Amino acid sequence: MTGPAAKGPEGKGLAATGLEARGLVIDVPGRPDGRALDLAIEPGQRWGVLGPNGAGKTTLLHTLAGLRPPRAGEVSLDGTPLARRRRRELARHLGVVFQERHDDFPATVRETALIGRHPFLSPWRQEGPEDYARAEAALERLELSHLAERELATLSGGERQRVSLATVLTQAPRFWLADEPTNHLDLHHQVAIMTLLAEQAERGRGVIMCLHDLNLAARWCSHLLLLYPDGEACWGPAEAMLAPDALERLYDQTLTCVEVDGALVFVPRKSVCAR
Amino acid sequence: MGGARVSRLFGRPALGPLACLAMAALLAQLTALALGSVSLGPGELLDVLAGGGEALHRTLVLELRLPRALAAFGTGALLALAGALMQILLRNPLADPYVLGLSGGASVAALLAMLAGLGATLVGGAAFAGALASTLIVFGLAHGGGSWTPTRLLLTGVVMASGWGAMITFLLAVSPVERLPGMLYWLMGDLAYAGSPWPVLATAAAGLAVVLPLGRTLNVLARGGLQAAALGVAVRPLEWTLYLLASFITAMAVTTAGSVGFVGLMVPHMLRLRLGNDQRLILPASLLAGGTLLTLADTLARTLIAPQQLPVGVITALIGVPTFLYLLQRSQR
Repeated sequence: MTGPAAKGPEGKGLAATGLEARGLVIDVPGRPDGRALDLAIEPGQRWGVLGPNGAGKTTLLHTLAGLRPPRAGEVSLDGTPLARRRRRELARHLGVVFQERHDDFPATVRETALIGRHPFLSPWRQEGPEDYARAEAALERLELSHLAERELATLSGGERQRVSLATVLTQAPRFWLADEPTNHLDLHHQVAIMTLLAEQAERGRGVIMCLHDLNLAARWCSHLLLLYPDGEACWGPAEAMLAPDALERLYDQTLTCVEVDGALVFVPRKSVCAR
Repeated sequence: MGGARVSRLFGRPALGPLACLAMAALLAQLTALALGSVSLGPGELLDVLAGGGEALHRTLVLELRLPRALAAFGTGALLALAGALMQILLRNPLADPYVLGLSGGASVAALLAMLAGLGATLVGGAAFAGALASTLIVFGLAHGGGSWTPTRLLLTGVVMASGWGAMITFLLAVSPVERLPGMLYWLMGDLAYAGSPWPVLATAAAGLAVVLPLGRTLNVLARGGLQAAALGVAVRPLEWTLYLLASFITAMAVTTAGSVGFVGLMVPHMLRLRLGNDQRLILPASLLAGGTLLTLADTLARTLIAPQQLPVGVITALIGVPTFLYLLQRSQR
């Protein structure tokens, strides 16, 4: 597996079926380029993006989804640059869970899950029984069936977050790009969502998610990408990336690291002791 | 009772609400035909519509009232449709067809034409030209910077609108007193000089034919530009299409009846309170309800203190404000 196509620190060959960034520099205004990213998110992998506020996690996710142009380099899906594909076609392969949402107009939970079918329906087609079945199954999977008729405005933050995930589950993309998928969720639902994403990966979907919780990342991610605020970055298999000193530098926070049930657990030390 | 929606379009056509609104539109037309300086009973009206009746009644109904009632329906339909589209375009339920300064441009041009002593047709033509000029200016300015957002478009439009507002006040201040009533009626909206109803009716039909296939795409756009793009919508071309289409149909409405307020803002909003926000239902429903509201308002405007006529915009606000507030109250229970 050598030759001009082989890229990336892992030395793996160019993925014919993957979401790939080559020489990618995301466009965070007013920041130097930093290190260009060469990533290949392959089916079955669960990538976690870690970094402090403002490090560019959301910008990276949007750039990987083709929603904003990179400053340099390119992102390609199955070997074709995103810029050369139509939006509608991309939406059949890439699903995005947004951190921010705009509920300016009334809509029910079921309607919101159902818009995940939009990229698959021609303009005149009404949603049919099969589309409904997919939306219902997604709502069921996210424990939202009993809220199907509710207005979005009446939901709690955690319920609203699960509706966003239900939309992408209805969309059933090959790659999930999730921006803090556990936002607003209680402990039970945090684990449920991470289980859902792991299950998607087992079925051959690729997952990349921005996370703030180191312990969720340590437990559920196969690969990690650490984004530093100055544009520096490093990435690789999770076990190699979970070095306490690298994480302490990432968050500018001292950590205690212990092993519980075969997994690493990170606990912040009180800042009094830290300095 | 959170789920008090009448119907949901998904899966099957929401014929119920649309059939009710179509029936209301028909009743409004019949009312408009029957009422006036000489009021007709249902029997007399049916005679006339069947091709019989007295000659006076025939002239009144077919030559005077019918064109005006149809023009009122078409104008109201256009305004409500334009309002619904602007609200989606700007992702703001409080947008109306005039929010981007279009009526201001039309008004300034129309008032200038009146000052020059031109007739109704030329005043209408000037209003149309003014509306399109304002649209193109706002389009150019909002487009110019490269990066473009609904907020930028909204700000550009709102600033243009206040500029036009100042010019309108200036024109009113320097106009001879005898021209002021005509100008004020035009500014409030008036169907007395509507002319042929066919341009507005044809525009309404064509507008609906263009936007109906976009219905589901507009539903997705209402969730925000990024979300829509992630679900496969080519956001920028769609937004410009919406803007130009909404501007054109508003210009047609303004040309026919002056700047009638309230219909474009409130009709889509009221319908959303009852029917949800599926554009495949809301857009045709807005068209029917807007037309019905303006037909009834115009009937009142010409009968309430007859023989004097009121500007129809006064009536739309007088009917619409309490109705809207009532619906809003109810929906909060």
